[in-house]
Amino acid sequence: MQNMQISSADLSDSAQMKHPDHLEIRTFGFWIYLMSDLIIFSILFATFAVLGRNYAGGPAPKQLFDLPYLFVETMLLLTSSVTFGFAMVFLQREKKQQVLVAMLITFVLGLSFVGMEIHEFYGMITTGAGPERSGFLSSFFTLVGTHGTHVSFGLIWMTVMIIQLVTKGLTAGVRSRLARLGLFWHFLDIIWVGVFTVVYLLGIA
Amino acid sequence: MKQAYSENMGAGGVTSKNYITGFILAVLLTVISFGLVITRLVPQQVVVIGIFAAALVQMLVHLHFFLHLNRSSAQCWNVMAMAFTALMLSIFVVGTIWIMHTLNTRMM
Repeated sequence: MQNMQISSADLSDSAQMKHPDHLEIRTFGFWIYLMSDLIIFSILFATFAVLGRNYAGGPAPKQLFDLPYLFVETMLLLTSSVTFGFAMVFLQREKKQQVLVAMLITFVLGLSFVGMEIHEFYGMITTGAGPERSGFLSSFFTLVGTHGTHVSFGLIWMTVMIIQLVTKGLTAGVRSRLARLGLFWHFLDIIWVGVFTVVYLLGIA
Repeated sequence: MKQAYSENMGAGGVTSKNYITGFILAVLLTVISFGLVITRLVPQQVVVIGIFAAALVQMLVHLHFFLHLNRSSAQCWNVMAMAFTALMLSIFVVGTIWIMHTLNTRMM
């Protein structure tokens, strides 16, 4: 008898559209999450805009910020974004070892960034320029600290992914999670562009 | 070539060329920003406008070369979500600054 199976071609005009698979849906969902994160950061930026000049007689940007140091931090994070990108290129070429190496380099660069930032914060806190000193410093530590915390969580996620690469290999799930981590990592570098411009450069300009 | 992931994640944009170009442009823009502040070759107003412009352009560079945002139909929902977020963001940031500034003026 006739084959009673309904093929996708028999469906209505929506059949012409490719339905997203569950991994694509997850990626878009993650993008939506990043948009909400962007809102959080924009509020922290707005707060810094309001409080950024309230020095309360305490330390001001010119006394606290070191531009060469900032430049190194910026280059570390930017380069880590590029090395992550290369991890994705290698992923596309199915070169597991190279993906692993690129991810490890990205991790080291990201860890160096966080290390430099912690060192900077420590220096500020121990010389009386901690978050409690003034409105400027409260908003500074909140904004820059939130960004640094995000990067740190990204590093934890990266560690997990490196382990998964080694133990599971290039499965569909691992690829999909790596892609989402990539979105997260690039997003953090975009936020950093805003941070070094509005917080550091504008403070010294 | 087997794609590591789908188009809506920008799979077509995952090329070493994109990342290298993006990197070079980003470094250039960063150097311009830092240069404006360090050398002070221009008046302060220009420095401020300059660093904001460079930051905006660099963000777009990141969005296109690293996040593979473009005008393709595969990316359209990502772009749309971002556009909506940008709208919300503008309201929050401009609104906050406007209100707090007005408040500050009235309390002086």
